[in-house]
Amino acid sequence: MSILEVEHIRKTFENTKVLEDISLSLDKGQVVSIIGSSGSGKTTLLRCLNFLERPDHGIIRVNGETLFDSDNPATQRESEIRKKRLHFGLVFQSFNLFPQYTAMQNVMLARELLAKEMPDYKAKKKELQSEIEEEAVSLLKQMGLADRANHYPHQLSGGQCQRVAIARALALKPDILCFDEPTSALDPELTGEVLKVIKELADKNTTMIIVTHEMAFARDVANHVIFMDGGHILEQGDPMQVFENPREERTRQFLSRFTQE
Amino acid sequence: MELILEQMPIVIRALNVGFLQTLKLFFVTLIGAFPLGLVIAFGSMSKFKPLSYFTKFIVWIVRGTPLMIQLLIIYYFPGLVLHNPIWGGGETGRFLAAAVSFIINYACYFSEIYRGGIQGIPVGQTEAGLVLGMTKSQIFFKVTLLQMIKRIVPPMSNEIITLVKDTSLARIIALQEIIWAGQAFMKGSQGISGAIWPLFFTAIYYLICNGILTILLGALEKKLDYFR
Repeated sequence: MSILEVEHIRKTFENTKVLEDISLSLDKGQVVSIIGSSGSGKTTLLRCLNFLERPDHGIIRVNGETLFDSDNPATQRESEIRKKRLHFGLVFQSFNLFPQYTAMQNVMLARELLAKEMPDYKAKKKELQSEIEEEAVSLLKQMGLADRANHYPHQLSGGQCQRVAIARALALKPDILCFDEPTSALDPELTGEVLKVIKELADKNTTMIIVTHEMAFARDVANHVIFMDGGHILEQGDPMQVFENPREERTRQFLSRFTQE
Repeated sequence: MELILEQMPIVIRALNVGFLQTLKLFFVTLIGAFPLGLVIAFGSMSKFKPLSYFTKFIVWIVRGTPLMIQLLIIYYFPGLVLHNPIWGGGETGRFLAAAVSFIINYACYFSEIYRGGIQGIPVGQTEAGLVLGMTKSQIFFKVTLLQMIKRIVPPMSNEIITLVKDTSLARIIALQEIIWAGQAFMKGSQGISGAIWPLFFTAIYYLICNGILTILLGALEKKLDYFR
């Protein structure tokens, strides 16, 4: 069964159609790369999935549960959006780490706040706290940042910040982890270390949607590639097919710009 | 010079009493204007347009007119025009009127500083909090508040130091703060008259007070230096 089903998502900002009839589905453990030029709607799609934008039309289902249905107001209650968001994790282009917290605290904060809402929090406080800490330590280790746990974001390089941001998103164990151009704010030297970490997550069958301009990476890491253009999904399929033998002329044009470089 | 030394203990005692009133007005204004400023800031940032326009209108009036005039209007208007002297007589009434004027005036200035502080925080911070499943209030208290405080400490320090000196304006409604106390020796008080030096001497009080505040606020600024 698909872990994620998106049906006929449409989104318009002020008169500009940003997403037009987007449908896609994703299996557990699958990695999808979304490519396309700026303004094609890639980021808006991720923002819709994370409930940072509300689609004008369409359905979003995770594990068969309808999280959003534009025809069903019961699925649009503000009070429940918060819980629904937890199905998704989002790694931003600009990291958005919390500057006043260390790497470790950044990873733990959301978990701690959620733990405090548990009815038996007071009774299990110590266990929960040490569990959260252990997980944060192991996540940072996994990101190769064991020795950076107590550093503040401004003491870290861009690549390290982004890896902390990935650990922070993973700490909540999302069903689907989304990346919004995770390396676009990094210089080429630091891009590699972030891509390596994402590749490792893919090898562990983490379900991911990756919006990226790194074409070689998109091809290597993904099981499925989506090419978006002007708010539409113009072409999608197996990475080899989309990259080596695109069906659409527009895809060919887009890719040729990258292979020339 | 000898005369001044002779007058000194009397003058200092009187100035201390006046300065106590100055400090009282200073602290009451801060305690009132800190939260009221935040309310006004949220009002002017409200998505409900009539509220935001109304708040901005009030801020415009308060920031666009002299605090001295505001003091006079707030103190005399109810009694002289409405024939309803709400402040009552005496020093208590004058202090109340002065405190209300100062709180409103400073809250309006603070609100603009808060607004700058809040709006200066990148939206990404709030969005990161949202996708991590935080509530709006958790995001405010755990994520944005400290960043906002860090941003507003330097401009706030300016306002706070200005406030120390502005309290002297309350002299206009005869609040017995330190300037009033100093001036009393010109007209004659406690056997001293025609002495202008006590009035000049009040400057030392402001200077020391602001020196201490500068050190404290500088320390706070430094304390928040651990993040960027």
